[in-house]
Amino acid sequence: MPGVVRARRRIPRAVLIASCLVAVLLLLPLAFLLLEARQVGWTELSALLFRRVTATLLWNMVQLAVVVTALAAVIGTGAAWCVERSDLPGRRLLAMLLVLPLAIPDFVVAFGWVSVLPAVSGYGGAVLVMTAGLYPLVYLPVAASLRGADPSQEETARTLGLGPWRAFWHVTLRQTRPTILAGCLLVSLALLAEYGAFEILGYQTFTTEIFTEFQAAINAPAACALSLVVVLIGLVVLAGEGALRDRGRVARAAHNSSRAAPRHRLGRWRWPAVGALGSLIAVALGMPIGVIVYWMVRGGSSTLPQSASVANAAGHTVLYSAAAAAVATALAMPVALLAVRSPIRAVRLLERSTYIVQGLPGLVIALALVFFALHYLPFVYQTSGLLIGAYAILFFPLAYVAVRASVMQAPVALEEVARSLGRRPLAVRLRVTLPLIAPGLAAAFCLVFLSAVTELTATLILVPTGVQTLATQFWAFTGNVSYGAAAPYAAAMVAISVVPGILLGRWFDRRPTRSAELS
Amino acid sequence: MARPTGATGKWLMGTALASILMAALSGCGASPGSSRTTLILYNGQHPQTTDSLVTAFEHQTGIQVEVRSNDEDVLADQIKEEGTASPADLIYTENSPALEYLQSTKLLARVPQSTLSRVPAKYNSPASDWVGVSARVSVLVYNTTLLKPSQLPTSVLALADPKWRGLLAIAPGETDFQPIITSIARTYGKTTALKWLEGVGANAQQNRYPDNETITARVNSGQAAIGIINQYYWYRLRAEIGSSQMRSAISYLAPRNPGYVVDVSGAAVLKSSRHQAAADRFLAFLVSRQGQEILAHSDSFEYPLGSGVVTARALRPFASLQPAPLTIADLGDGAEAVALLHQSQLL
Repeated sequence: MPGVVRARRRIPRAVLIASCLVAVLLLLPLAFLLLEARQVGWTELSALLFRRVTATLLWNMVQLAVVVTALAAVIGTGAAWCVERSDLPGRRLLAMLLVLPLAIPDFVVAFGWVSVLPAVSGYGGAVLVMTAGLYPLVYLPVAASLRGADPSQEETARTLGLGPWRAFWHVTLRQTRPTILAGCLLVSLALLAEYGAFEILGYQTFTTEIFTEFQAAINAPAACALSLVVVLIGLVVLAGEGALRDRGRVARAAHNSSRAAPRHRLGRWRWPAVGALGSLIAVALGMPIGVIVYWMVRGGSSTLPQSASVANAAGHTVLYSAAAAAVATALAMPVALLAVRSPIRAVRLLERSTYIVQGLPGLVIALALVFFALHYLPFVYQTSGLLIGAYAILFFPLAYVAVRASVMQAPVALEEVARSLGRRPLAVRLRVTLPLIAPGLAAAFCLVFLSAVTELTATLILVPTGVQTLATQFWAFTGNVSYGAAAPYAAAMVAISVVPGILLGRWFDRRPTRSAELS
Repeated sequence: MARPTGATGKWLMGTALASILMAALSGCGASPGSSRTTLILYNGQHPQTTDSLVTAFEHQTGIQVEVRSNDEDVLADQIKEEGTASPADLIYTENSPALEYLQSTKLLARVPQSTLSRVPAKYNSPASDWVGVSARVSVLVYNTTLLKPSQLPTSVLALADPKWRGLLAIAPGETDFQPIITSIARTYGKTTALKWLEGVGANAQQNRYPDNETITARVNSGQAAIGIINQYYWYRLRAEIGSSQMRSAISYLAPRNPGYVVDVSGAAVLKSSRHQAAADRFLAFLVSRQGQEILAHSDSFEYPLGSGVVTARALRPFASLQPAPLTIADLGDGAEAVALLHQSQLL
């Protein structure tokens, strides 16, 4: 068991210090929330919190999170199995298309449906839009895990007399369970923080209420105090995922399997499966892209003048998002190394504390940075540097998940060989570890990039004054019901995101056993 | 096992470093090194209104204005958080409560008398800390295929009548909704205002939208039959989609009905601004004949308030409006309306 050896390795001090700094950085928004909440008296807070509407909003949030997470898990896992383990026709093309919905911002999808079919709204609309947008967060890691998992366990189960369904249920699903759970965690945290799509769909959750509170009342402390409730829910989700993951520990997938699993024959299910995945892609990808094209063709005239051309806004969006992706990936590295190589309790706590930001509204994180920047680093305020930092904090968990997965796959033995050959530790990290986890870094970069491209609420507060991004211009136009003029900005967001989307698909698509296969 | 991909790793680190450097550089570029004055305007007004005014001002004075647009209440929160370190020189909002809130936190500078005197005093800050720039009026918007003019109510209170169940649209989070609540509370008391909110909330169960733009669009498309908005949203929608696409019309409430409210948009200079003189010039420009003429002709469809300029658009003339006698001080910072919204569970 290599894991046992890993646990005893000494933690390099630099990695430990870097990880602690990252954790502190990521907990800044939480510290800000507590500071603000202290300004609100308990009477005011309880009057705001203990109301009928709070229960309704929490229920809205929970029922959506449960249903969408479950649907995303089923669809993501099912699609991954079809693409990776069956003889589905056209699976290479499907493998690429199934990832791409991740490249379309949820609020663009929501806008797509509502601007053409206003009846798509409320709970049903939210389930549809969010499931279609978020299932790739389960599909991607599960597909990768199915590809890397050792097929011999399933084969053994089959020779012992288990039917194909039971073998799938008892063996394959168990092997991939930690991965499915990690995907579900991202889906549910994303649902907790979602705002733009729900506002367009007219579906109220606790988070949309926080935004409304910010926009309808000038009482930031009260709105911040409400955000603490979201933090609590996020902690419950994290604890739940942690507990389930621990139970599934024995079933951790072996990543160093030496051969590919045989593909199952779909038989008469072949075409129904193609039809199902085709409809999924039509809903998740075809519909929003179709609507964008429709509005672009219908015309872009608007009484609202452009503050920035598509090219100008796209330039800023790419610059900020790429820089944020690089920073978030760099920040994720020490934490992932520490968490994988020294899985002790304190480290796990530190690791999990970094997930909290994922559930926080971007607006709150932005206000936290306004506060800390003006108090401690006034010269960075409203520079692009601070905005990039905000993105890096907001999307750190996404980078972390990808980096951690690849660190887990990088065998520590190779580093030890390099060291025993007399290489200095730093040289070992640069020459051995980094190349080993590079694909994971690329995936982390892409995930953060995709998310940052569409960020709106933190951007409006922290972007350098006078600068427009694609998301802020899209917001300005849709706010004015100028759908035709908004469409090119949405199209640019999608176009920019497609390249990282494809790269991401290819990273998860790559076979860990490729070198073995080639040799 | 992954192939050793040293090249990818290096490329990645290179990209990372390059992007951080670029970011740092562009960050430095954002602070103006030139001697020309650059004003920073926090804009809660509709961008098209602000854009044309800023362009004309820059042209006339040579002073640059950089605009940061966001929701007016978020901007007020942001300025409160920034305090005296705020980079903003000016704030321009759609409604008076955000300005009254900043006034109460002592963050606004006194507006010169010469600027204030361009606008009737009742549309300015009672403490002379901001100046009124333009106004609009609340009206009913209704779908012309679903409703006949004779079916329309003349009092805002009637909108709480159960006969509008499923037909009414509201936007509880919209700042323009709050003056109507305040007005009802001032006229009939808080209990009636609360009952009214509960009534309209129930009637609009299926049609609760984030803002007035959406109410207008949904009434026009027939998803809702009636709503209460500020008149300019209807004119803007018409300018946006064309008269042939309009399936709705607007209607005024009875004279001095509490739902018949004039909302004032205003602007102020921040006390912490290091360009007080230039910022004062911007305020003066907004209410000058030239600035007001821009508003009068623009697609914002608001009523100019200063320098005796009247709208050039085919709106009901401002002088002929008969709104409820609600003052800026009555509206305050909107906290009373928000408390009622909370109590009625609409927020």
